[in-house]
Amino acid sequence: MNPLLAEAEAFLPLQPATFHILLAVADEDRHGYAIIQDVAERTGGALKLSAGTLYRSIQRMLDQGLIVEPRERPDPDEDDERRRYYRITPLGAAVAKAEARRLHALLKMARARGFAPGKA
Amino acid sequence: MRAYRLLLRLYPASFRNEYGEEMCAIFSRRLRDSGGPLGAAALWPGTIADVVTSALLIHLDILRQDLRYTTRTLARARGFALTAIALVALGVGATTAAFSVTDFVLLRPLPFAHPDHLVKLWERTPAYARQELSPANYRDWTRASQSFESTGAYHSLAVNMIGHGEPLRLMGAAVSADLLPTLGVQPLAGRTFGPSDDREGAPGTALLSYSLWKSEFGGDLSVIGQRIVLDDEPFTIIGVMPGEFRFPWRDAVLWTPMRFTAQNYVDRNDNWLQAVGRLRQGVTIEQARAELLVLAAQSQKQYPKENEHIGASVIALRDELSEKSRLLLVALFGAAGCVLLIACANLANLLLARAVERRRELAVRTAIGAGRERLVRQLMTESLLLAFVGGSLGIAIAVTAVPLLAQLVPTTLPIAGTATIDVRVLIFAAALTALTGLLFGLAPVMRTGTDATVRGLNDGSRAGGGRKERLRSTLVFAEIVASVVLLVSAGLLMRALWAVQATDPGFKADGVLTMRTPLPVPKYSAVATREAFYSRVLSDVRALPGVTDAAFISFLPLDPRMRGGIWPVSISGRATAQSDNDVAFIRYVTPGFFTTLGIALMRGRDVAASDAVDRQFVAVVSESFVRRYFPDVDPIGRHFQFAFDDRVIVGVVGDVRFRGLERVSEPQVYLPSKQVKDGWIVGYIPRDLLVRAASTSGAVALAPSIRAIIRQADPQQPVSDVRTLPDIVDMDTASRTVQVRVLGAFAAIAVVLAAVGIHGLLSFAVSQRAQEIGVRIALGAQQGDILALIVKRSAWLAIAGVIPGVALAYAAGRWMQALLVGVTPADVPTFAIAVSVTILMTLAGTLMPTLRALRIDPIAAMRVG
Repeated sequence: MNPLLAEAEAFLPLQPATFHILLAVADEDRHGYAIIQDVAERTGGALKLSAGTLYRSIQRMLDQGLIVEPRERPDPDEDDERRRYYRITPLGAAVAKAEARRLHALLKMARARGFAPGKA
Repeated sequence: MRAYRLLLRLYPASFRNEYGEEMCAIFSRRLRDSGGPLGAAALWPGTIADVVTSALLIHLDILRQDLRYTTRTLARARGFALTAIALVALGVGATTAAFSVTDFVLLRPLPFAHPDHLVKLWERTPAYARQELSPANYRDWTRASQSFESTGAYHSLAVNMIGHGEPLRLMGAAVSADLLPTLGVQPLAGRTFGPSDDREGAPGTALLSYSLWKSEFGGDLSVIGQRIVLDDEPFTIIGVMPGEFRFPWRDAVLWTPMRFTAQNYVDRNDNWLQAVGRLRQGVTIEQARAELLVLAAQSQKQYPKENEHIGASVIALRDELSEKSRLLLVALFGAAGCVLLIACANLANLLLARAVERRRELAVRTAIGAGRERLVRQLMTESLLLAFVGGSLGIAIAVTAVPLLAQLVPTTLPIAGTATIDVRVLIFAAALTALTGLLFGLAPVMRTGTDATVRGLNDGSRAGGGRKERLRSTLVFAEIVASVVLLVSAGLLMRALWAVQATDPGFKADGVLTMRTPLPVPKYSAVATREAFYSRVLSDVRALPGVTDAAFISFLPLDPRMRGGIWPVSISGRATAQSDNDVAFIRYVTPGFFTTLGIALMRGRDVAASDAVDRQFVAVVSESFVRRYFPDVDPIGRHFQFAFDDRVIVGVVGDVRFRGLERVSEPQVYLPSKQVKDGWIVGYIPRDLLVRAASTSGAVALAPSIRAIIRQADPQQPVSDVRTLPDIVDMDTASRTVQVRVLGAFAAIAVVLAAVGIHGLLSFAVSQRAQEIGVRIALGAQQGDILALIVKRSAWLAIAGVIPGVALAYAAGRWMQALLVGVTPADVPTFAIAVSVTILMTLAGTLMPTLRALRIDPIAAMRVG
């Protein structure tokens, strides 16, 4: 097995907040407020991360190496001096994928028992 | 926004510095989007909840990290961790145990309502500071007195209960009906005595203690109203007292009403009442005492003959214990305080040494970006973890130790036999050690300021600054002082114990078994009935193989329940001026008592079977009796008046220390058990059986056969207090023995701790100065020079500690003088040994570091720098 994948397995299952933050920074570097907005948009407003939860998660994810603060800043016209941006790491991406696979497998099992809509 | 920033202070500084600004930015965006002040206000509750919970979680995250880190570092420094934990455990354990017992006996309020208002009333004579009251004086004084809300009287009671399983000997008190209300106690079930109970001729009623109710009546409430037979008389159980009610002393299990008859008030010198008073609101003990003295003076005027020299005394009920017991406990507590002090000093030293060792580690961590706040937190976690583990162990020590100290709780107080752990002290001792840990645990960060970083990285092994060295030396100095004080105190008390144990009690205890056969009255009121019992039991017991002799006496010497029993002596022609002091111990004995106990017969003869009630009444007296009453004449054949009759002296025996090894006893008079009129002086019926065998173990083995003999002689007769005489003698010094052991243990702990302290200080100094020593060796210094360098320091420490230690120890000895029974507080051998032990301890602590210094390889030492 890919060593990165094996390492990623150790993080499962992920807390919902962690998973959502990983999704939010998956395609572009985002700052805190942008993450909150992205999560809210994608969940149709169902999940509104609070600032405390967000930064506690971010601190832990930085420690665990799931995200980093990139040295180079985004386009100057979009940049805000005060803001700190976060970028997903290869490990972070692997963890998100592993979690998605885990959820997918769960869903399949639920379907087989008729607990969820879709193909069995 | 200001409020939000304030709220953010709940987060750890490291988190706040990192994300505070971001969070403020987000919050201000939200405020902007909220659309007006109403929306903004609605934002707050959720925000506060969010910050509070996430801050808490983040703190927990850090704690978890720190604990992980701490257990890792401590596992690496196992020696340090174990020593620190042991120090905290000893300090907390010793102090908590010692203070719990001290507080329990001396300070905690008695289990009565408003116990500080309760006092005991006594008669006071030139010879006795506390003497029981006669009913007449009690009646006159309490009637006239204005100081008391109420008063009550009692006397101790010992009865045989039969008809309820095995015959049982019960101890308790006969109390006046107003005694329990005076103490302010309520029964657990049923009722207490009322005026109908203490009338003359009222049917007998009794109250049970909680323990008796549980053990003999199965804790069944239907016992109320049930009949029991006490000393052949029927009694009805009317109530059960609560578990904590132990009056007048610990073993009391039964209370019956006390009834005064007109006859009781006739003799003003018949002293057998104990009295308790409850002070009126606002009346002090001194005022009550003054008033009672006035009343006693009036009685003296009214009854100049009977009440001559009789004063009165009022003492707080709490203070009903001997000065010796009090001193024993305070000394114990002082010793525990010394141990706590030494433990804290050692802990501080240990942490300081560790701080210097860790300077490099901390400097590295600072250099790679750890904030000061994080380091402080980290070190605090370490100190608190050590304090927590050590404290828990300390509690375990205290819990185990407190029951071992039960011998120090006097039986004469109305409290339980074993102290309970005092939570306040536990918290105090734990807090003190935790504070020491915190204070000295943080020492490294106090230095790890910003500028210290570079220096810390630079210097690998150079000495850690003079100030800290001095602090550490001071701590070791304090340890030496405290251990000298403890050593001397323990030594003095040990010498005193030996002196007491070496005291000749006046009899040979080895090989003697004793038991009590409490013959009840009226069944045994007649002398002939008793004599039949004695002669049958004694002849059967003497016939047992291995028994050399056997006898009965009214009360054993050194009996913890009966240390008194004295009667006035009068001799025709002798001046009456000393009448108050003219008393002697009264004991009725059967023939053979003196040989059974190994008391030397100096002159004349023992009491004999022929000394019957129709013959001339005789007495055997002690040597001190002869010295006091017949100093210059042959005592044999002399007459004196004693216990209602004229007696002639037929023999003289050696003195016996009836009151205890440490006390002076009054002269003794032994009377033949037959020479008393039926129903007279029944309190002094011989009830204690003594049996001598070849050895104590041989005597103990006889107990079942002796019980069988007694059962045959009287199946309803209970047997109680089966003990060996050596045990009774040991009991007399039990509290002293326990105290010497405890203090000895404390002193040993102190010496070991101080040695560890010296060892730590010097090894540290050696390792810090390894480079310097290396240079010296390289430059040609001899081993002797290096040796002198190290030993000089420890010698200075020892001298500096011993001098004030000796002075303080002398002061402590002066203060304990009452406990030292003849050993002077300046006892030279004790001091010499204590000082030698201290010097040896210093040497022991110096040995290892010195050897290490001598083995330093100059090249290696210099290269490290």
